[in-house]
Amino acid sequence: MTNSESNRLKDKAFQVFGIFCTFIGLVVLAIFLFNILKEGLTRIDWDFIMNLPSRRARRTGILTAWAGTLWILVLTAIIAFPLGVGAGIYLEEYARKTRLANFLEINIANLAGVPSIIYGLLGLEIFVRQMHMGGSLLAGACTLSLLILPIIIVTTREAIKAVPRSIRDGSFALGASKWQTIWNQVLPASFGGILTGIILSLSRAVGEAAPLIVIGALAYVPFTPASPLDEFTVLPIQIFNWTSRPQAGFQTNAAAAIIVLLLITFLLNGLAVYLRNRQQKKIKW
Amino acid sequence: MLNFRLNYSKYNLTLLLGSTLLLGACGDNRNGEGGSDMSGSIQIDGSSTVYPITEAVAEEYRLEAPDVRVTVGVSGTGGGMQKFTRGDIDIADASRAMSPAEDNMARENGISYVQLPVAYDGLTVVVNPENDWVKDITLAELKKIWEPAAQGKIKKWNQIRPEWPDKEIHLYGPGVESGTYDYFTEAVVGKSHSSRGDYTASEDDNVLVQGVSTDPLALGFFGFAYYEENMNKLKPVPVDDQNDSNGKGAILPSQETVKDGSYAPLSRPLFIYVNSKAAQRPEVVDFVNFYLENAPALSEEVGYIPLPAEKYKEQQQKFDAFVKSDEPDSTTAKQE
Repeated sequence: MTNSESNRLKDKAFQVFGIFCTFIGLVVLAIFLFNILKEGLTRIDWDFIMNLPSRRARRTGILTAWAGTLWILVLTAIIAFPLGVGAGIYLEEYARKTRLANFLEINIANLAGVPSIIYGLLGLEIFVRQMHMGGSLLAGACTLSLLILPIIIVTTREAIKAVPRSIRDGSFALGASKWQTIWNQVLPASFGGILTGIILSLSRAVGEAAPLIVIGALAYVPFTPASPLDEFTVLPIQIFNWTSRPQAGFQTNAAAAIIVLLLITFLLNGLAVYLRNRQQKKIKW
Repeated sequence: MLNFRLNYSKYNLTLLLGSTLLLGACGDNRNGEGGSDMSGSIQIDGSSTVYPITEAVAEEYRLEAPDVRVTVGVSGTGGGMQKFTRGDIDIADASRAMSPAEDNMARENGISYVQLPVAYDGLTVVVNPENDWVKDITLAELKKIWEPAAQGKIKKWNQIRPEWPDKEIHLYGPGVESGTYDYFTEAVVGKSHSSRGDYTASEDDNVLVQGVSTDPLALGFFGFAYYEENMNKLKPVPVDDQNDSNGKGAILPSQETVKDGSYAPLSRPLFIYVNSKAAQRPEVVDFVNFYLENAPALSEEVGYIPLPAEKYKEQQQKFDAFVKSDEPDSTTAKQE
């Protein structure tokens, strides 16, 4: 075998390996989806979506759970968006490359790796107890905001970094201030990327159960929340609760609730992809 | 003894009838006016084992008193107790009795409480259906398997009883954070929260069911409801506590043996704890009374075993006395 032949063989082998790696993820997802759909799809009907929780597996519903999840989603977005984007802009545009900036940067990266239950304990002490929010939607949203803040900061910075230096220089050359440059040039150009980051991080927050259980989110709530200070439950807690019940009917309910939760995250992810594509088409440099 | 049991089954029948009537009545209530003009909110949190009973009671109570907002959390017996002893919640669900440390906490925070058993759970020892050698097991043998000293040493069936085969034993049990684990270790090893560490642990009992039902060399334990729902996949092991005063020989867990106490020591009571300050609010008193009235039917419906009828009566009296003794002019006044 000549040298070039063996190289070609290696090339081919690597290609096969690459395809194999790609398909592992897809196959796992497909098996997972198939199992969940097979078990849960028939359980989803209007009653399941609109019923209050019940001890009877066939009568129970997820009304208060998905209402809680939507509340959490919106509140978390409202809280995390300005904080994360503000921090990202500061770190990328204003902060000098000093030791402090370095220190902040490393710690934000570390925060992204902290297990979610730790955020729950933090939220319990700060929001629930010190700030007297109780086990409310607001306390839950604040806790989840902390959880996704590092992701938003990092993606905001990446999006801002992708705006070419020449755009800023052109703006400055026309006499714009730093803030005018950021507001009129940098942010519009990077907004698609920033939104994508926020939406993806929200779809992670929507799937969290552990930190919310710690701050006192409930499992049985027979009313939909009417204000941010109300008590609540969310879909992942219902799913967690149902999978650990002995009766088979609850396993089916869990599968059905998983489908609803997946639908929410797929919608969010789809929205993120759509916004990114639209943004890419709009920018012409 | 026999007499007592006979009475018992009679009671069960009336109970069943009673609960059917009750459920029917509740259904009617939904359309008409509610059965009570109570309002307010009741916060409950704690054990996920007790949760199904409390959920069922809360669901039925909602038909009775639609304006009372009852919420139930599942932060675990430990988590619930922490909130209860700080005065954050009105009622705690618990799958074990309050620990001395928790009791101290409550005292420090000026909280007095009443403990009310609401149902039994029978911890069930199970093996795989293919296991044809285990016919029964003694408490001493269970201790030999599960005590901390067994770690890395007791690895084969014949080390437990010589006539059992020279095959590996695979152990399955609840995770160390669960009240089930605490109770089992207390009853079997003699010390709560102390056992060998080299066993397959899961917080989700369905995972343990899965494990034991697919592993011919398995031995595991979990709550009775999980066995009841998976009878065809598991083989229960009768346990002999070598104490003939509460039933002779090895005894299988069942509604009867758990209820009459012969499945000692592996039948455990499940509790609710009521805060004394909360017990001054009429909706809490009403809810707890409703709980004790309906616990027999509802606990059975969700897979647990009701206490004997007279025990519920005792709890009712205990609670009545507690409510009276804690009226603002007596005990609470002293605390403040």
